[in-house]
Amino acid sequence: MGKVAIIGVGQSPFVRQYPGSIRELAFDAFQTAMTDAQLVTEQIDASVVCSAPEYDKQRSPAGIFAEYLGLNPQPTFYVESLCSSSSTGLKLAYSLVKSGLHDVVAVLGFQKMSEISSSESQERMGRGADIQWESPFGTMMPAYYAMYAQAHMAAYGTSPDDLALIRVKASTYGQINEMAVYRKPVTFEMFADPENRMTGPVANPLRVGDCCANADGSSCVIVASEEKARAWCQKPVWILGLGAATASVNLAGRDLFTGLAAAKQAAQQAYDMAGVGPAEIDVAEVHDCFTIAELMAYENLGFAQPGEGPELIRSKATYRQGSIPVNVDGGLLSKGHPIGATGGSQIRTIVLQLRGEAGDMQVKDPAIGLVHNIGGVGLYGNVTILGR
Amino acid sequence: MATKELDTRFSKFGTVSFTAITKVNDFIDHLSDGRVTGTRCTDCGTHFFPPRSNCFKCLASNMAWFDVTGTGKLVTYSRLQYAPVGFEKDLPYCIALLDYGDYKVFGRISSSIAEADIQVGMPMKAVVNRLDDGQLNYVFEKAA
Repeated sequence: MGKVAIIGVGQSPFVRQYPGSIRELAFDAFQTAMTDAQLVTEQIDASVVCSAPEYDKQRSPAGIFAEYLGLNPQPTFYVESLCSSSSTGLKLAYSLVKSGLHDVVAVLGFQKMSEISSSESQERMGRGADIQWESPFGTMMPAYYAMYAQAHMAAYGTSPDDLALIRVKASTYGQINEMAVYRKPVTFEMFADPENRMTGPVANPLRVGDCCANADGSSCVIVASEEKARAWCQKPVWILGLGAATASVNLAGRDLFTGLAAAKQAAQQAYDMAGVGPAEIDVAEVHDCFTIAELMAYENLGFAQPGEGPELIRSKATYRQGSIPVNVDGGLLSKGHPIGATGGSQIRTIVLQLRGEAGDMQVKDPAIGLVHNIGGVGLYGNVTILGR
Repeated sequence: MATKELDTRFSKFGTVSFTAITKVNDFIDHLSDGRVTGTRCTDCGTHFFPPRSNCFKCLASNMAWFDVTGTGKLVTYSRLQYAPVGFEKDLPYCIALLDYGDYKVFGRISSSIAEADIQVGMPMKAVVNRLDDGQLNYVFEKAA
């Protein structure tokens, strides 16, 4: 059985409020990916639609998208793993192609979060945790990640300043990414000013500046068999490694609080499958829903030893010119986090990097890239390794 | 056709309960009696908190209740200053995790403890707490 490639990528701009319906939002990503791949709809053999439910009234969006995008009568599948839904979709598409069931599969991620208020959204997101035993205490995603930040600080002396440096890096690239929702500059000094919005309280020790914003957006990744990729695509990007793992939803069932065990396990699987190690990764996209999440990703992916993540950001090793560039598209912190679309957007960034098409964000001549995409508070860990 | 009365005791758990019906509803009666309880598999002896009615190790459902007693160690916590819908009036509050050795307990730190007095690693104990509207939960108090 041959290799599996990505032959087209696309996304909508991520925005606060998309002025259209979910099918129109999905079209924007699909259209750019299809244009990128130079395909017509008849060449798509199946589609995988990825999102977190309960943000829109439409049940079973996969069927609506198949109709609207001209993908009838091809089969379609709906998958969700919270914030990592489209990485799960990519894994499903890989399996469908690798097995020989289909040759070309479109992975469509989307989320239109603006139809509900921010606090309602926090309640929905909070219910991606244990609703029976945790939610009645008033939990939400920033607070869970804040518990990890607190543990990391207690164990290693990590400081809120280290976290602020991660947001500053994100803004460096968010300002030049026209797909990002947050494009204003963020400086380290803002985090020292109690009057600045960045220091607004959320869940200690995380502040407003440590958190990504909700957004509306869509992404599309087109996956193809080696035969089709070689026939149709000038610059195929190969899927070299795929890892996925789960962890207890309730924090009471976990043992590690300075990192995400599911991310570590997914990374190991992906490295083993690709036959590479962390030193061979030239560019990475990690799931920085919160600054602490990027810091833990450095350690969980093996870019730094446990407790030494802060040194990577202090030394700017994760900037574009550094030894291991991370989130040089601004990450979730700048782009925004339309849950189901996020993984596909991360994959798009790495594909563009490997093709040398990332513009001002381009890292010098990368050959191997990595995507780290987390669902919930580390209950789903997904790591994907791509190569030229 | 006779209507069967539903046992919805679990709707009394916490500020807002998202679950009404569960096979471990007796947990609520125990809270009412001032006890925080977990379950233990009588076949393999594994302790579970939160309590569950099924053991994934034995694939059996032979459970006995045990009381959460003694002290746990504060693993980590966060003080919320922004709340999801339904919890605004509780602000600010701390969610936290205690490690009792055989099991861990997720909950809230008592609002009587100032944040400055909270330290990761400190010994704490889970005690039953009755909310103003009659809802029940448990909170972590300092252990001597």
